[in-house]
Amino acid sequence: MSTSPVSTSTVAGTGAPPAAGGRPLVLIRDVSKLFSNGTLAIRGVNLDIAAGEFLSLLGPSGCGKSTLLRIIAGLGAPTAGTVSWPTSTHDASGRAQRQLGFVFQDATLMPWANVMRNVMLPLTLAREAKAEAAPRAAEMIELVGLKGFEKAYPRELSGGMRMRVSIARALVTRPRILLMDEPFAALDEITRHKLNDDLLALWWQQRFTVVFVTHSVFESVYLSQRIVVMAARPGRIMADFAVDAPYPRDSLFRTSADYGRICRVASEALARAIAA
Amino acid sequence: MNDMSPAPTIAHNGTDAEARPVFREERRILGLAASTWPGIIAPVVIGIVMLCAWEALVRIKGIPSYILPGPLLIAQTLIADWGTLSEALLITLRITFAALFAAVTVGVALAIIFTQSKWLEKSLFPYAVILQVTPIVAIAPLIIIWVGDIKLSLLICAWIVAFFPILSNTIIGLNSADHNLINLFQLYGASRWQTLRYLRMPAALPFFLAGLKISGGLALIGAVVAEFVAGSGGSASGLAYRILESGYQLRIPRMFAALLLISLSGIAIFFVTSVIAHLALRRWHESAVVREN
Repeated sequence: MSTSPVSTSTVAGTGAPPAAGGRPLVLIRDVSKLFSNGTLAIRGVNLDIAAGEFLSLLGPSGCGKSTLLRIIAGLGAPTAGTVSWPTSTHDASGRAQRQLGFVFQDATLMPWANVMRNVMLPLTLAREAKAEAAPRAAEMIELVGLKGFEKAYPRELSGGMRMRVSIARALVTRPRILLMDEPFAALDEITRHKLNDDLLALWWQQRFTVVFVTHSVFESVYLSQRIVVMAARPGRIMADFAVDAPYPRDSLFRTSADYGRICRVASEALARAIAA
Repeated sequence: MNDMSPAPTIAHNGTDAEARPVFREERRILGLAASTWPGIIAPVVIGIVMLCAWEALVRIKGIPSYILPGPLLIAQTLIADWGTLSEALLITLRITFAALFAAVTVGVALAIIFTQSKWLEKSLFPYAVILQVTPIVAIAPLIIIWVGDIKLSLLICAWIVAFFPILSNTIIGLNSADHNLINLFQLYGASRWQTLRYLRMPAALPFFLAGLKISGGLALIGAVVAEFVAGSGGSASGLAYRILESGYQLRIPRMFAALLLISLSGIAIFFVTSVIAHLALRRWHESAVVREN
């Protein structure tokens, strides 16, 4: 991992954004996106994403949170404004080496390839030798709890397991930032809770940055250090607050008074965003 | 419950592993799944009943063999004339498979070229359609005149009939790759070739194979029709020529025997292409996976 060092006490202690001193990983300045059909998806978004933080973009559908995530990923340029990566190296043509992983709402696996080949895909595309790529992919598959399923095809897996494969694929390049677009929205609650826990464990262990798009208040509060609430028409940022609860979080946190209190704050912020 | 230790590991006793779809191992008889046998036996029984009825009808009504020969006589003729007929069969099959091979090569190559350049597709695709919609019977004489060599012109005719399903199916297939996967390939900076090799071609495979199934039959039809048009001028006397010849000579049982061989070839081609499609797709595609509800 090449993330700037994040002191454990900051994260575990207060849950405040950890990169107070360091430069942010991503700087979003006055970003707007106008689609060719005339829809103004987002307008004037300013956001700093600190290295190592777990940030959720929370908002009603149509608020442009997925659009913003895709712009961060470099899928589609903003109509106005800039996204910069101050701490990243740049290639010869001046483009930032983003070093990111992306997880879509559905697992988006190649149905014709088994788990191993799906996870290896980013390495294959980077023209890494199979001898090097395979052990790394195997390690990642084990890390997401799918050891023994390397040869299975996506359709032989449950929805939750497919999502694990997708996360393994996103992390196999050891990205600095993991962008997740409502990854667990289609899963049942039990599976979702388990994946929430496992995602937090991975983040805790591997220290990457996460930008997590969701429309669930409870999920965002459970996972994040920081929640950015967005409103629709046009998509814009309405609120930005820290989730003041220590990690590691577990099922006790899910039933705690603190969790309830923060959820209420987030719900109110979301309600205001919807009303706006 | 899942309490997180300082160095958490992810336990794999989750509910999601248990929610996997279950695939049943079926009992096998003579290498085929037990449930496929009724599907084979039923049509065979119907076939035997129909043949018996046919034979009975011919015998009871005393229908002359130059109007309608019975199945037994046709079988006898097939054996007696096997020398001529097998030679003709071989010629027809050779043209069919050469045409199918050319159709696959040209169809897939054109499809790939078309999906790489929208302008090329826009300018050339209409001509592929024209080639497809023009009845082969109408252009076969021209082709035979222009090309001169009979075998080559038969091959070209069969190819024209066979290549369109492969072309149009493969184009649809190459364009049907999951949009999010295309985005993912963009994210990882995949080259055009990588996107083609790892994404578009595998995504196109089920479509291509569906096209291949159709084209297999069409190549045979094309070869036979073209041979009919080429008619007696043919030095390459395939099955169609034998049918024409038998018609002139009123050797109707032989006509039926040749017809039978054409049908059997068509069935065999369909069977082989179906098996290829099944083997290629059975691990992943909805059309080929057996699932229990």
